[in-house]
Amino acid sequence: MSILKKTVAAMATAATMVAGAAHAEDVRIALVVKALGIGFFEAAAKGAEEAAKELGDVEIIYTGPTDTTAEGQIEVINALIAQKVDAIAISANDADALVPALKKAMDRGIKVISWDSGVAEAGRMAHLNPSSNALIGNMIIKLAADHMPDGGEVAILSASATATNQNIWIDEMMKVMDNYPGIKVVATVYGDDLADKSYREAQGLMQSYPDLKAIIAPTSVGIVAAAQAVADAGKIGQINVTGLGLPSEMAGAIESGASKSFAIWNPIDLGYSATMMAYDLVKGAEGGPGATLDMGRMGEITLDEHGDGAMADPFVYDKSNIEEFKSIF
Amino acid sequence: MLTRFLKSREAILTGVLLALLALIAIRAPEFVAPGNLANVLNDSAPLIILALGQMAVIVTRCIDLSVAANLALCGMVAAMLNAALPGVPIIAILLLVVVLGAALGSINGLLVWKLDIPPIVVTLGTMTIFRGVIFLISKGQWVNAHEMSAVFKAFPRAQILGLPVLTWCAILTAGAFLLLISRTPLGRAFFATGGNPRAAVYAGINTGRTQFAAFTLSGALAGLTGYLWVSRYAVAYVDIASGFELDVVAACVIGGVSIAGGIGSVGGAVLGALFLGTIKNALPVVNISPFWQMAISGSAILIAVAFNARANRRQGRVILKSAEHAA
Repeated sequence: MSILKKTVAAMATAATMVAGAAHAEDVRIALVVKALGIGFFEAAAKGAEEAAKELGDVEIIYTGPTDTTAEGQIEVINALIAQKVDAIAISANDADALVPALKKAMDRGIKVISWDSGVAEAGRMAHLNPSSNALIGNMIIKLAADHMPDGGEVAILSASATATNQNIWIDEMMKVMDNYPGIKVVATVYGDDLADKSYREAQGLMQSYPDLKAIIAPTSVGIVAAAQAVADAGKIGQINVTGLGLPSEMAGAIESGASKSFAIWNPIDLGYSATMMAYDLVKGAEGGPGATLDMGRMGEITLDEHGDGAMADPFVYDKSNIEEFKSIF
Repeated sequence: MLTRFLKSREAILTGVLLALLALIAIRAPEFVAPGNLANVLNDSAPLIILALGQMAVIVTRCIDLSVAANLALCGMVAAMLNAALPGVPIIAILLLVVVLGAALGSINGLLVWKLDIPPIVVTLGTMTIFRGVIFLISKGQWVNAHEMSAVFKAFPRAQILGLPVLTWCAILTAGAFLLLISRTPLGRAFFATGGNPRAAVYAGINTGRTQFAAFTLSGALAGLTGYLWVSRYAVAYVDIASGFELDVVAACVIGGVSIAGGIGSVGGAVLGALFLGTIKNALPVVNISPFWQMAISGSAILIAVAFNARANRRQGRVILKSAEHAA
């Protein structure tokens, strides 16, 4: 099996080299993913191709190991260095293990950025986060508010009480509550990312707050369980479940109407923006803290003191686009 | 007769349960509305079914820690089958999960019976293996609501005489257990095996086979609950019901089933499960911090165990009255 894998990889590399030779003047940007065959990354590659088309003189090399290991990615990086690509945009399997290989690439003049899953600061010129905590915090309350023109009560169904991400997002959400007058957060409960406990907590919310208009669940297990609880209680249309979830897991809830919309990053935009940033660097822009890079239709990105930047608001999924995305991730 | 009943574990538990409901009603009167109590019963149904199976196992001086993993594996198989072949009728899926669950449970039983490995070790091992198998067959992917057929999801929710099928499953299981325990040789063998294994052997009971039967029974019920669980929450993934085995054991202990074997009753197991189910459902409603919730659930278990230890302490029996007087 591994021999077969290597042969296929070698043939693919050879093929890209031949293809590369045909357009020697093109900017060649390698989009390195955690592993091939994952819907999320295939979608990111689609976005990268879109950027390449827009830019005209870009050739995308979409590659990655066959399983999600750092060793596999190092092999891929070494192959790309040998091919003398112009830029590498990588979603890393390990933040530290890839640093030496990527440093080598930068020494040879290859521009390196990380996206989605970051590399330690020393191993890249910029990192693209899909979103930021502040943007996520704002988005989850906005999703609820959009369907509550008259205001009303909302409740939060989180993961565990000690979950770092969720607590940060909820804090960020509370900071912007003044922008949403008339909306009151009546409770925060914890489903511990267990389907049964989340379901029970959602039932409890509906009982304690009969006027509840929305349940915000910034966790993928919680949002699915809450949507099921609302559907079972026959309160579809009365209570809207929203928050952060995956399209494949939420397709049923959108279809039933228990959830009107929810958000998560858009992998297509992510691949597009990563490509645009890499292109900007190749064309002479400087990376590093404080730098500003161009992301085409996604606007500009300004890097913070660690060289990190946030792409945009989380992408909103609803009835209009769920069909397209539910098979992607 | 009446005084004996009033002193029994069932009567005390019923009293405690009613007191608990009264206490909750002070803070959240809507909780004790009949409709909501039916919801609580429905929510406790999986726990009741599993606690009954676990009771059979514990009574024979064993323990089954693999029930939740067994449940998750059977649930995943049912969900994947339904996603791949939506046309398979529910009755076939029910049959499949019960048989599969029983087969998985019988692995525990065989290891305990034939190889004489301590049950806690066997089931700790199979628990991990079952979870691993779920990951292997599902490749870590979820089976989501939109991939399941409408019939698959509707079964536990269907109403019969005002109660959902899920609740009826628990009621029927409890009824079947009452018959099994009180009217069949196997039921009596469970208690004989756990109460005094040596005497049971002299009475002609194959204790190993009795334990095997208990594990198989517990496995079959876990399999059934697996399908009910997955269709109720309309999602199947590797970690469903993780940690649930401890709730099941706790329900038994609260219900007065002795961890040392030989003591337990159907009513006790059901009431123990209802007690835990009520606490779990009430705590979110009465607005108590999640950290306190864990402490309260834990305390309930400890109090019950302490109570068991006191109640089960046998009075020494004087067998030579005359000698006692002489001394």
